[in-house]
Amino acid sequence: MIPAPFFYRRAGTVEEALDLAAGAGDDGKYLAGGHSLLPLMKLRFAVPEVLIDIGRLAELSYIRAEDGHIAVGALTRHHDLEHSELLAAELPLLAHAAGLVGDPQVRHRGTIGGSLAHGDAASDLPAVALALDATLVARGPSGSREIAATEFFSGLFETALEPGELLTEIRIPKPAQRGWSFQKFTKRAIDWAIVGVVVQGGQVALVNMGSVPMRAAGVERALAAGAGPADAAAHAAEGASPVADLGASTAYREHLARVLTARALAEAASRN
Amino acid sequence: MSIMGTRVLRTEDPRLLTQGGVYTDDLRLPELTGAAYVTVVRSPIAHALITGIDTSAAAELPGVVAVLTSADMPAPPEGGDATAEPLLAADRVRYVGEPVALVLTEGRYQGEDAAELVSVDYDPLPAVPGIEEALTGETLLFPGTESNILATGTAGEGDDTSFDGCDVVLERTIVNQRLAPVPLEPRAMAAAWTGDRLTIWSSTQNPQLARGAIAGALGLDPALIRVITPDVGGGFGAKVAVDRDAICVAWAAKHTGHAVRWIESRSENLVGMVHGRAQRQTYKIGGTTDGRVLSYRLDVVQDCGAFNRLGAFLAQLTVLMAAGVYDLQHGGASFRAVVTNTTPIAAYRGAGRPEAAAAIERAIDDFAAEIGMDPAEVRRINVVPPDKFPFTTATGATYDTGEYAAGLERVLAAADYPALRAEQARRREGADTVQLGLGISVYVEITAGDMGGETARVVVDDTGAATVFTGSSAHGQGHHTAWAMLVQNELGIPMESITVVHGDTDAIPEAIGTFGSRSLQLGGTAVVQAAGVVKEQARRLAAEMIEAAEADLELDTARGTWQVRGDPASALSWGQIAERAGPDGLAADARFDASAPTFPFGAHLAVVEVDTETGKATLVRHVTVDDAGRILNPVLAEGQRHGGIAQGVAQALLEEVRYDPDGNPLTSTLVDYAAITATELPSFELVASETPTPINPLGAKGIGEAGTVGSTPAVLNAVIDAVSHLGVRHIDMPATPEKVWAAINEARAAR
Amino acid sequence: MKVAISVNGRQVEAEVEDRLLLAHFVREQAGLTATNIGCDTTSCGACTVLLDGESVKSCTVLAAQADGHEVTTCEGLAGADGRWHAVQQGFHAEHGLQCGFCTPGMMMAAVSLLAENPDPTEEEVRTGLEGNLCRCTGYHNIVRAVLAAARDGQPAAEAS
Repeated sequence: MIPAPFFYRRAGTVEEALDLAAGAGDDGKYLAGGHSLLPLMKLRFAVPEVLIDIGRLAELSYIRAEDGHIAVGALTRHHDLEHSELLAAELPLLAHAAGLVGDPQVRHRGTIGGSLAHGDAASDLPAVALALDATLVARGPSGSREIAATEFFSGLFETALEPGELLTEIRIPKPAQRGWSFQKFTKRAIDWAIVGVVVQGGQVALVNMGSVPMRAAGVERALAAGAGPADAAAHAAEGASPVADLGASTAYREHLARVLTARALAEAASRN
Repeated sequence: MSIMGTRVLRTEDPRLLTQGGVYTDDLRLPELTGAAYVTVVRSPIAHALITGIDTSAAAELPGVVAVLTSADMPAPPEGGDATAEPLLAADRVRYVGEPVALVLTEGRYQGEDAAELVSVDYDPLPAVPGIEEALTGETLLFPGTESNILATGTAGEGDDTSFDGCDVVLERTIVNQRLAPVPLEPRAMAAAWTGDRLTIWSSTQNPQLARGAIAGALGLDPALIRVITPDVGGGFGAKVAVDRDAICVAWAAKHTGHAVRWIESRSENLVGMVHGRAQRQTYKIGGTTDGRVLSYRLDVVQDCGAFNRLGAFLAQLTVLMAAGVYDLQHGGASFRAVVTNTTPIAAYRGAGRPEAAAAIERAIDDFAAEIGMDPAEVRRINVVPPDKFPFTTATGATYDTGEYAAGLERVLAAADYPALRAEQARRREGADTVQLGLGISVYVEITAGDMGGETARVVVDDTGAATVFTGSSAHGQGHHTAWAMLVQNELGIPMESITVVHGDTDAIPEAIGTFGSRSLQLGGTAVVQAAGVVKEQARRLAAEMIEAAEADLELDTARGTWQVRGDPASALSWGQIAERAGPDGLAADARFDASAPTFPFGAHLAVVEVDTETGKATLVRHVTVDDAGRILNPVLAEGQRHGGIAQGVAQALLEEVRYDPDGNPLTSTLVDYAAITATELPSFELVASETPTPINPLGAKGIGEAGTVGSTPAVLNAVIDAVSHLGVRHIDMPATPEKVWAAINEARAAR
Repeated sequence: MKVAISVNGRQVEAEVEDRLLLAHFVREQAGLTATNIGCDTTSCGACTVLLDGESVKSCTVLAAQADGHEVTTCEGLAGADGRWHAVQQGFHAEHGLQCGFCTPGMMMAAVSLLAENPDPTEEEVRTGLEGNLCRCTGYHNIVRAVLAAARDGQPAAEAS
């Protein structure tokens, strides 16, 4: 299958990308690696009239240690996250999770910014960004602004990005506690998670437990109150609203969230 | 030393590894220059009346050559079979994916754009999404029929199958779920009129059967049709002959006079290509507490999909093979074949036999669990012993040869079964989260069961090279390598000087082709017989040339020369003799018709780990004997076993075509249809075993489907075995994590 | 739009539709048909090629995105002298292909895998090929083929 016709525009700079987006208005879409958008376009579930290719903005591909945080350019590919020595030392959770996205071919193209901006609750990296308390930097016609990850995911495939706004950087504070875990549960390795649980210290986030990537607030409260991993994990499905679909029933997802949270907390504790 | 039975690497490989195969969509032939691209407009609704089709918007799109509907076709004859399948749907659609219209465009990308603009008005009807709804008969698929049951059949004893004398009788209804074949190359075809003949390039397993089907549907003399198979990217039974979609493409070429080409998308393939399996099975098994199975009965409801293409035939095979490898006092089976508003069912690797094996091998484990006996022991007690062959089963199949107990023992020994049981006991004792399950199947299947025979022609030319024309139509099996081995063995002409030709109805007018694991035993035997005739022709000519008695001549197969016995100086080459034979060289045709089918058998042991918290089952080892008689080339035979095993494992653990209650497919992409990948499989442990058959001179049985027949029940039995100590007695396939988890919960609640 | 892509070292320039997929560019504009298309959802990997040396699924890359870059396909694997790549040798020696349709993509995925991990374990090979479907081989001999390629195309000692 092939996408419906569209106009392809290539941005040479961030400013140019913003201009092209402003010109396209509601009919435009940014194209980074294209591995979320192009499959939807081939099935004609998405039919943008203008694609603004930001894939060549090399200035947005980097992983840097900055004052108190790690700065990751939005166009950094999953493959580069997976193999980053800096991340391996400072944010092993992110490197590990990036290495589980899709398959090697997808990781050679897909970008962290594309994954976050797509806002899919079944994707891994939104939950990772939540668990890491990331701050997302967006550029618009009127300049840059920072959005907390917890404020970023606003609905089903919806984010806080304004039309035409471009995600440029992900800032991740140095974790207070080193222990981390990512429990991704799939039928096949290449599948999206039926449920995933991300833990960094006392921060816990869930993959595919509702229409929006979410923190497991009940678990975090219990942990903060001194509960052990098993007791805290019992709260994993609180406040979640997982769908029933081809992959799993609601009850099974809730069960998996508890089991995987217990495992994640135990693994994270072992890494502290 | 004979080349037979040796490990010969494939001669097919160099081209495939360097330039890639030439599949139908790869053809860049002059006849296809400017060919129009065909896009099929398909029904998006499971059951509806078509009240109107407006093609005008599509026809106006730039690049559109034609938009065709059933109105452009000749009307079907009045008073025909009410359940007959049309080419394009006319007044009613019966499954999502059913072809409704064709769009022909100049460019490839214009096709989907134009297809979107074909406006079809549907008046929805209640859908029959599955077997249960079909049996109620509340909605009938075919007006004028009285029920959705289109065929029934029985084997062995009837409903009154005796269970007298049984200490234990168990009955259970299980699912043998619908699968999608998913050959990596979807369906594809190209067609062009050249002069007064129609040339078809088709991704098919059977060019000659395809020619017949197209000729019949289009009302053409078969002699006016040439069907060529380019490389074919997998078939697995789903590319037997051609189906209505492909015939529509051929018709479009005839109707418009344009050369046309078609390749479907995967999303079309998953709803438009036939599916396989799709049975609801009820087994009843009875026996004594000391492990003797006395009686077995299987009642099948076969979902045929929307039309009875092959569904009833598959169910017939299932009931024929229902008794499996067991020596039963009483046995019987029946089927009812129903139509539903789903994609039609036809052959998929195993085609009727995996269903039979899955039922009885599940029943045997169920029985073993009931009487508290090791399932290996129950099988030892009940399999047909070697001295009873040929053996006619309780359901009427006559098996040629088998060493069932020996196959089982080899597998158990190779796997170190006692050590695995000890490890299982240790984990149960420790209440480990990850439990171990061992699953056994001992199976038998039927190959070359169609009794259609196969053809071959062998020609030796004056350069001493041989050409083999074979009716078998390869799509990955390695026939070119295998047939060259046969001819080298027979004639002493080296493989490098042997060309194998298949898949062109002008070159091979009469043949059946490839399905049902028939090729080596029928097509291969025909090659050997044709070569044998050539050999006798050569002997006569050589005798004339050397002026010696025929009886004094010998063929030195190591050197590929004829000579007076013991006199190398008299040697004549194949080329010299072929030159003497005249302009056509040495040539012979052969057709081999076997007197009976053959019955490969084997034993599989699957070792599965089950995470009892999540329900996820992981296959960690798979050990098999797959005995298909004498092996020509172990490299090829092992490859067939590997592929078969993987597809069988996929049925046990992962794959399932699903529909919602309105008959909408839920698995129409490879994101949703969980085709098995490398990460879900271990390396397989194959144990060699060769029990020849007397049915053909090669002693060969079919190996293409055996692995699939054996692996599915072994893996499912292993999953259930892993959690049987928790009270689980059955899980329907595929044994997904959620189903295993639910089964554990249910068993705990019941305790 | 006009694109220029180096395919197996040959510069291919063409005026194409904006929506043209790289897979179709390779097959139609560059005329190299080893690269096959097996799905619509970036699932099967049959269309895998190397883009600047790394495996990508060419059905999910626009020709426009590859403009100015280097693509390597199955046809470009063997050396200029015709000598096969170790991965090709491995697939032949271990019977890692049957119908051949997945093979070009599978081999390109394997080439990329070995470039990143020259000495993989069996499990790493299986994980590294998770994005490529094969329906014929059960992956058994494909895995062996890639392991053989890691040993310069030489098969392992034992056989079965």
